Amino acid sequence: MRTLAAAALALIAIAALAAPWLAPNDPGETFRAFLFAPPMRPHVIAPDGSWRRPFVHPLRLASRLEQRYEEDVSHPVPLRFFAGGKLARLADDSRGPWLPLGADREGRDLLARLLFGARTSLGLAVLATLAALLIGAMAGGFAGYRGGFVDEAIMRLAEFVLVLPAVYVVLVLRSALPLVMPSWAVFSLMAGIFALVGWPWVARAVRTVVATERTRDYAAAAVSLGAGPGRVLFGHLLPACRGLLGVQAILLLPSFILAEATLSYVGLGFPDTVPSWGSMLHQASDVNAIADFPWTLAPAAAIFAVTLAANLLVEKSSRVL
Amino acid sequence: MVRYLARRVIAAAVLVAVVSSGALLLTRLAPGDFASELFGSGATAESIARERARYGLGRPLGAQYLDWLGRAARLDFGVSLVYHRPVIELVRQRAANTSILALAALLLATAIGLPAGIITGSRRRGFLPSVIRGLSVVLLSLPSLITSLVLVLVAARTQWFPTGGMQSAGAWDAGTLAGLADFARHLPLPSLAIALPLAAMIERVQSQSMDDVLTMPFALSTLARGVPRRRLIWRDALRPSIGPVAAIYGFVLGSLLSGSFVVEVITAWPGLGRLMYDALRARDLYLVAGCAAAGSLFLAAGSLLSDLVQAWADPRLRQREAGDPTGATT
Repeated sequence: MRTLAAAALALIAIAALAAPWLAPNDPGETFRAFLFAPPMRPHVIAPDGSWRRPFVHPLRLASRLEQRYEEDVSHPVPLRFFAGGKLARLADDSRGPWLPLGADREGRDLLARLLFGARTSLGLAVLATLAALLIGAMAGGFAGYRGGFVDEAIMRLAEFVLVLPAVYVVLVLRSALPLVMPSWAVFSLMAGIFALVGWPWVARAVRTVVATERTRDYAAAAVSLGAGPGRVLFGHLLPACRGLLGVQAILLLPSFILAEATLSYVGLGFPDTVPSWGSMLHQASDVNAIADFPWTLAPAAAIFAVTLAANLLVEKSSRVL
Repeated sequence: MVRYLARRVIAAAVLVAVVSSGALLLTRLAPGDFASELFGSGATAESIARERARYGLGRPLGAQYLDWLGRAARLDFGVSLVYHRPVIELVRQRAANTSILALAALLLATAIGLPAGIITGSRRRGFLPSVIRGLSVVLLSLPSLITSLVLVLVAARTQWFPTGGMQSAGAWDAGTLAGLADFARHLPLPSLAIALPLAAMIERVQSQSMDDVLTMPFALSTLARGVPRRRLIWRDALRPSIGPVAAIYGFVLGSLLSGSFVVEVITAWPGLGRLMYDALRARDLYLVAGCAAAGSLFLAAGSLLSDLVQAWADPRLRQREAGDPTGATT
């Protein structure tokens, strides 16, 4: 189960990295004639029952009022693989684009946005996780190693951050800054805010391990061999926290993905022009649109997949802790 | 015990003061203020200046803050700039809505999660425990952002429940009974959205704890005395195994009361989290501070409740707390 979960996470990461190759269309390209188009499944069995190479039925507008489309079965368009820098594309796109997961309210390819959104959402979560781990390991390691007043002060600060209402803190911090910013600024800013809220968990766990490890014989041996405090801490004690840091990382990652989705959903995160799972959900937030065009909720499924894989990955290890 | 309680209350008061001050100052320092948000880009410079003067927004930061702090200490949190009503009144009203939602969700989650956890914790194999366990892993990975969106989808397609809001317009005009019935139709969706992941969490914690308790010597000796296994599980082992759930209970309640923010926004439930969000967007700074104060107060109260319940369930903790010099048992 854990291998499966790890493989799933790796697959999602690879899909995000290979987004330009996997996505048949550009994530920002709007197909005006295909607003809210349904997913276009590739077929291998022709209407007459014979097997063919994979092909797609192009869409035809059935009702403009209801935004309803139907498949034009009379003109199957074959798919071409490994052509033009894409995994798969239509051999002939004169009858409209291929939208494997359908289109959103602006007629943009949902699959492309999902893949490019994974880059934003996962990239942000990974950056925030690394930052939280770095701050947490430093603070916790230092507190556990020095003990005494320093320990007390750092851990008090960590506890204080832990009892703050995290949602409010993130909301207030985010809205204290200009609403419209360049996307790289939003990206690093959100990563920074998440790291500031997330580090105490790491610090607390690291501190406990470092405080017990430094009384062990090998730490004493290192000290008596003349190793300085930096060398003991970074060379001997923090490596002892490796497994713990790994677990913490996998616990933090999904919560940061969710935090991005939440902030963008309420309009305080990425703008619509930057595809991210949160900004896609923001697009889909209209109740009537959700009912009629459920495929716009695809990013929710993606968040679920990542969270499930992460949970399965740490299920056993978190029980040990 | 009294000293311990006093220390916790003081810590909570400091927390509330720091959080609400921080919220006020950050909102004040943020670019744009209530007047500029109100008029948008089409406002003339004069009208913005007039509104600022009317609400005292132009005063120096220090003077404005000290004035607010002095009055907040006397529980006067000022007047909302958007609603023109006392902040405390607004917060009280919205907090009541949030409490109804939180309590409904918590009851629902406990009613589902606790028995499920007892079943999976007392039986390793079998069809039912495996099904529950699998479901619980899935639900744990469905944060309430997703459950509420999915439930809204289900509600919109099937028309079983209203997709949002707390009551239909004019429902209370038809009488108290009709009003209550209408309210009861609006409650399930948001409370279920919160309760589903929560139930899974309770199930996991209770399952682990029940499993631990059943391996204790007293469980074996109870069985040896001829007590039926069913009675051992549902009566004798229940109280010693309830500690971990009780420990998260108060904290969960506190965080639910401080606003199930996402669910309130998605399902248009007029609660505290939503009020905070609207206040932030409008730069209604006294209301922001009031909401932040209420939220942190609920959170602190929840964690205190959590510790007290835990001390009740496990007498050993009471001893430790008496000798705990920091009082930081979280």
